[in-house]
Amino acid sequence: MPPRSDGPEELSITGDDDVVRVRQLVRTYAQQTKLSLVDQTKLVTAASELARNTLIYGGGGFARVEEVNDGRRAGVRASFHDEGPGIPDLTLALADGWSSGSGLGLGLSGARRLVDQFDLDTEVGRGTVVTVVKWKR
Amino acid sequence: MTSDAGHAPRLIELLRTNTESLIDKWVDAVAVLLRGRSTKAELESDFKEFFAVLLPLVGTDGRDTSRPEFAEIRSLLEEYSRNRVRSGFTPSETASSLFSLKREVFGLTEGDEDPELFRQVLEFSSLLDALGLLTFEFYARAREEIIREQSEQLLELTTPVVKIWEGVLAVPLVGTLDSARTQVVMEKLLEMLVETGSEHAIIDITGVFAVDTQVAQHLLKTVVAARLMGAECIVSGIRPQIAQTIVALGIEFGDIVTKASLADALRHALRRDGVDVVRREVV
Ligand SMILES: Nc1ncnc2c1ncn2[C@@H]1O[C@H](COP(=O)(O)OP(=O)(O)OP(=O)(O)O)[C@@H](O)[C@H]1O
Ligand SMILES: [Mg+2]
Repeated sequence: MPPRSDGPEELSITGDDDVVRVRQLVRTYAQQTKLSLVDQTKLVTAASELARNTLIYGGGGFARVEEVNDGRRAGVRASFHDEGPGIPDLTLALADGWSSGSGLGLGLSGARRLVDQFDLDTEVGRGTVVTVVKWKR
Repeated sequence: MTSDAGHAPRLIELLRTNTESLIDKWVDAVAVLLRGRSTKAELESDFKEFFAVLLPLVGTDGRDTSRPEFAEIRSLLEEYSRNRVRSGFTPSETASSLFSLKREVFGLTEGDEDPELFRQVLEFSSLLDALGLLTFEFYARAREEIIREQSEQLLELTTPVVKIWEGVLAVPLVGTLDSARTQVVMEKLLEMLVETGSEHAIIDITGVFAVDTQVAQHLLKTVVAARLMGAECIVSGIRPQIAQTIVALGIEFGDIVTKASLADALRHALRRDGVDVVRREVV
């Protein structure tokens, strides 16, 4: 396992390899924060989905991962940033099974169910930022 | 810098008239440097070709080697660097082949008082510097390419499709499943199904850390494709945390047979073929 990382870490997302790298980084933080195995898996899977969306629909961008603490508990926050086309219809994008491409259309909606906090900030023509948090139980 | 109308710059004349001795010395110098890992004959043929392409470029500004007049020398250097990578030479050994020519050219013009010639030599020297840097670049690129090739080969190696029983194939998936890897495995599995005429395939994901929608999609497609070919897939080794994640994602595995372990999956496949595995009574 890589050495313990303090503070936020950023990784650019420009290719398939980067999605794997982001996934591994998130996993490192999840282990470090001692999330349960189930929660680790859920967070890593959500990160995988969001990183791939950043790559495919956002045209690339970056991910930022950090350990957070709200005074009561620790957690991991991961955010995914792109300056792509944005999401014009959020209801549609968040509907199970809807994809503008050839996916299953479960990434965004599924990721939301996998985490404790899900925040989507998007503007057509400006880009998209999705932030998720998983808290330690 | 181009030549004055009428006669070529002196440096070109010098290089032209001394081509043979220059190449000889150049080959000798580089052969010493490479300590016999390239034969003189090899070096000589490389350098002759190189020299012939280089000569018309003398007097050309080397600051922008992407210009069309550099096309030929670029492809020569690219080829040269690639061969060097494959034969295990270091980047500096590769680039110093070019830098060595500089020394020989300095030797050739040493003691000449002509300031114009001196200027031409300096210009030529910076051209060789630029070309030397280019070999570094080509070297790095070639090495990356080779690493990529090797990791693709490794990918093939680390995802074996094995025949575990007459008519039963198994693929144990391990580690991080990225889409490239999943795709490779799934294609290989379908190929092997045809090759071996197997009717069952067990995809074991015990060693997989996470299954996301993309991996699931590859799995689902493979199952459908296998079905079209008359084979049935069984997915085994879905660990609790993965099962929960798949459910939360909303992925439906439909009527795909899933089993807790590879052994359970094999037993299931055999039973469908009419083979029962029973424990013999101990007498
Ligand atoms: N970062 C983004 N920028 C622009 N559009 C996006 C972005 N993320 C998602 N979308 C839009 O939302 C839709 C739904 O995304 P979601 O991840 O749920 O499905 P998908 O990526 O199409 O398929 P899956 O993730 O299941 O393989 C996408 O098809 C796309 O149109
Ligand atoms: Mg997606």
